Amino acid sequence: MARLSLPQQDYINEYGPHVSDLPVTGWLSKPEPDAMVKTHCCFCGMQCGIKLAVKDGKVIGFEPWEEFPFNEGRLCPKGVKRYMQTHHPDRLTDPLIRTEHGFRKATWDEAFDLLISKIKSIQERHGKNAFSMMSGVSLSNEKSYLVGKFARLALQTANLDYNGRFCMVSAGGGNKKAFGVDRAANSWADIPKAEVIFLSGTNVSECFPTLTHYIWKARDNGAKMIVVDPRVTPIARTADYHLQIRPGTDSALGQALLHELIANDWVDHDFVANYCTGWDQLRESVKECTPEWAGHICGVTPQLIREVARVWGTAKTSFLMHARGIEQQIKGVENVLSLINIVLVTGRIGREGCGYGTITGQGNGQGGREHGHKCDQLPGNRDIENPAHREHICKVWGITDEELPHKGKTAVELFEAIQAKEIHGMINICCNPLVSHPDTNFLREAVQGMEFFCVIDFFMSETARYADLVLPGSLHEEEEGTSTTAEGRVVRIRAAVDPPGNARTDTSILLEIARRLGKEKLFSYKDNEDIFNELRRASSGGTADYGGITWKRIEDEMGVFWPCPTEGHPGTPRLFEDRRSFHPDGKFHFHATPYRQSFEVPNEEYPLYYTSGRSVFHYLSGTQTRRIKFLVEKAPGPVCEMHPMLATKLGFQNRQIVTVESRRGTITVPLQITEGIRPDTVFVPYHWAENLAANQLTVRALDPISKMPEFKVAACRVRSATKEEADRLRADWKNLSQEALA
Amino acid sequence: MIAPFKEFFIDFQRCIGCQACVAGCAECHTHRGSPMIHVDKVDPAVSPQTVPMLCMHCKVPTCAMVCPADAIKQDENGIVHSSLKPRCISCSNCELACPFGVPIVDQKKQQMQKCDMCFDRTSAGKKPMCATVCPTGALFYGTMEEMKRLRPHSKPINKWRFGKQLVETRVWVMVPLDVEEMVVDWPELLKGVEGPVDFAMKLKERFQLEGFVDPESNEPLPFNMVNDTKDTEAQFL
Repeated sequence: MARLSLPQQDYINEYGPHVSDLPVTGWLSKPEPDAMVKTHCCFCGMQCGIKLAVKDGKVIGFEPWEEFPFNEGRLCPKGVKRYMQTHHPDRLTDPLIRTEHGFRKATWDEAFDLLISKIKSIQERHGKNAFSMMSGVSLSNEKSYLVGKFARLALQTANLDYNGRFCMVSAGGGNKKAFGVDRAANSWADIPKAEVIFLSGTNVSECFPTLTHYIWKARDNGAKMIVVDPRVTPIARTADYHLQIRPGTDSALGQALLHELIANDWVDHDFVANYCTGWDQLRESVKECTPEWAGHICGVTPQLIREVARVWGTAKTSFLMHARGIEQQIKGVENVLSLINIVLVTGRIGREGCGYGTITGQGNGQGGREHGHKCDQLPGNRDIENPAHREHICKVWGITDEELPHKGKTAVELFEAIQAKEIHGMINICCNPLVSHPDTNFLREAVQGMEFFCVIDFFMSETARYADLVLPGSLHEEEEGTSTTAEGRVVRIRAAVDPPGNARTDTSILLEIARRLGKEKLFSYKDNEDIFNELRRASSGGTADYGGITWKRIEDEMGVFWPCPTEGHPGTPRLFEDRRSFHPDGKFHFHATPYRQSFEVPNEEYPLYYTSGRSVFHYLSGTQTRRIKFLVEKAPGPVCEMHPMLATKLGFQNRQIVTVESRRGTITVPLQITEGIRPDTVFVPYHWAENLAANQLTVRALDPISKMPEFKVAACRVRSATKEEADRLRADWKNLSQEALA
Repeated sequence: MIAPFKEFFIDFQRCIGCQACVAGCAECHTHRGSPMIHVDKVDPAVSPQTVPMLCMHCKVPTCAMVCPADAIKQDENGIVHSSLKPRCISCSNCELACPFGVPIVDQKKQQMQKCDMCFDRTSAGKKPMCATVCPTGALFYGTMEEMKRLRPHSKPINKWRFGKQLVETRVWVMVPLDVEEMVVDWPELLKGVEGPVDFAMKLKERFQLEGFVDPESNEPLPFNMVNDTKDTEAQFL
């Protein structure tokens, strides 16, 4: 059973997170490197180019890679310090098997034997689908593709999903509905050419710092910037127009903007008539959606909405971007569509300086969501329920249709099925749901009830502590492969070093499990490039077509943009230049997005909005960045941001310890009073686990289409912490900066 | 052969407070883990505005002028260097006198260390580390022509006035087109005070009143993790 056998503190003492800021060579004797390995940063969808300095099989530092065209050497602090993770003292170097007294080290043979026997035993008793897999999109394209094939053909389960379900599935859902393809429509090179930059629900400067440069280049050229965010983020601080709306009201704003565009005839009638469908229904749907109506819902003035509509409506060129703020809601897909509508209605897409895109958050969030570790998807962004799509993949994989499972459960539903004892086992790779799943108290209970839980990870994540078996895997810099950046550029990830100790590459772990499950024939690859070449064939003819992309081309051309169907094809930095979508009818599809309320809105009992997000110093669930001292010093733990008006009303002072409560859980944190947030909203960043997990409070309610949970909107209340809570916080906080032993 | 040095520009409005410059600076082989650049929060209770601060390489460096040991030297490129170790008596005069608050005397090393505009990189024709990694262009290393072409809506200036002291710097700051000099003055702080005055002490007193400085140690308080409430039950640290 997946339970802790020791107190939490013992796991922390043994496996961390400990903080370390010492290069493997120490500071005093940094030698000249043997090699500078041109690869990419592992943190966030920008995938900035970076050179890792290697000496005697160790990563000893970095150099900016100024020739790489996207970031030209620019990095954020996570990128600068990422090399400190490679030889971190917390790295897992042996398989670990849970005993009554914590983990014991095991041999790989022992570990594989245990895993195989558990998979077989569970599947014999409860059916194939009772064993599941969770994956993550910090994995390379090759690994993502392999996980998709591994789960379906080696584990023979339909129940495979991935942590993109907590990230950008709503964007994918909206994009597929409107465009028939799921990719940013333009490369970032179009941003500086736009007259208006529209950023909705995206804290660009903290989550994608290097993209800020492109926005500033546009502003140097005179562009106006519109930001929609309940908080004054560093990018919102410099906006020309900041719509500081209530959490969860984005589609109302989108509808009012569309209403104004139509009312003032800022519409590209030729584009709408000849290249779009659904116009009449769309126009009808926003008839009543005046700025007054939306202003009331959103909590901003109608004048501001009118002004923004004018700026957007009268521009010649524009670039609209959004991210998790609008996507992580039960209306995620609708919010996305409401913004796509205002892009399409002005016809500003598929041309120079006219752009649209979601800013993908995870390292390989783009590529990872194209090649089949999503429960409903096959490589090349194919649909697992479409017979023609299935046929193509069966052919590439050399199997019959019966051997290919159908659609499985989405991430949250998967854990709910575990809780309901429908699913009894799981292999979890590259995912730390104890931090990143909504309603973490529920999640913990579900995990604890599992019969067998295996985690593949490079550090002991908080989730891994609950595992029956932990397999030490590899980091981004320990395996060859590719990833696809948020602008759709496929880039090369290089192995700078080997995994430490007895740790193995993720690929070799999966291949060995497949072999021991008797599926060697389906999984015989010469090397990772061989996997990529199979991925190319599998994606060929799909919307995310990698057919013409080779590793060599990627290296020579500094990345290739998909779709790229043949080797002679130059790649496609800008989609829709022919004014055709990827739908069979070639049209862009409008969808009406009538406004509806969030799952939970404030009431007398829980009078405030609760929302969460990221800090520039941490990456996702923090498994990597909470171990790097520089980053931990800058952002040691979560704080609750609150407006001074609200703080005064509640009688709080800055830095006081408070407890935030929702219907699902509580979190005790120091208060940070700032004018940069709406007075009816509090914000807690989510990178921490257990008592410090912001997701203790969030809701499990899902978007009906994308199945994305509503991380961004919940109702809460705030009170002073009790002495016990404050003491517990002090103890937890102390752990956050526990130093690693040299 | 030493490559020709270019101009360094700070564009405060672009800073997002990410501290990539600080992280990158610390990596340098000559100062091994300690950054020579700082990012300050301006008024975190009001706005997320932050500003990067590195050595401005004054044309007539105050730090060198007040150094009793003549340990601080400026080279022919206008770069002001860390104190010469054999000469430095670590008296901290430079630290106290610099109007930008840049030099830091390391009492263990008995030396003042500061930004030398990455001499090892710039002399080899590369950009300083901070200006290479800065994700927003808040720090920029290039020619005056490049800068004027790239950012036509602001302009570089290098004249500062601190009370009565005029300072011209090698490092440029980007300001709105109608600004001619940077003025740092606080006349009301000195109202009613006669004769010479310790401005730094006055500032410290002022900050103490506002709760930004620990009254016992006189150290500035880290923003995130301190307690300035009077209510002991709710205190954090």
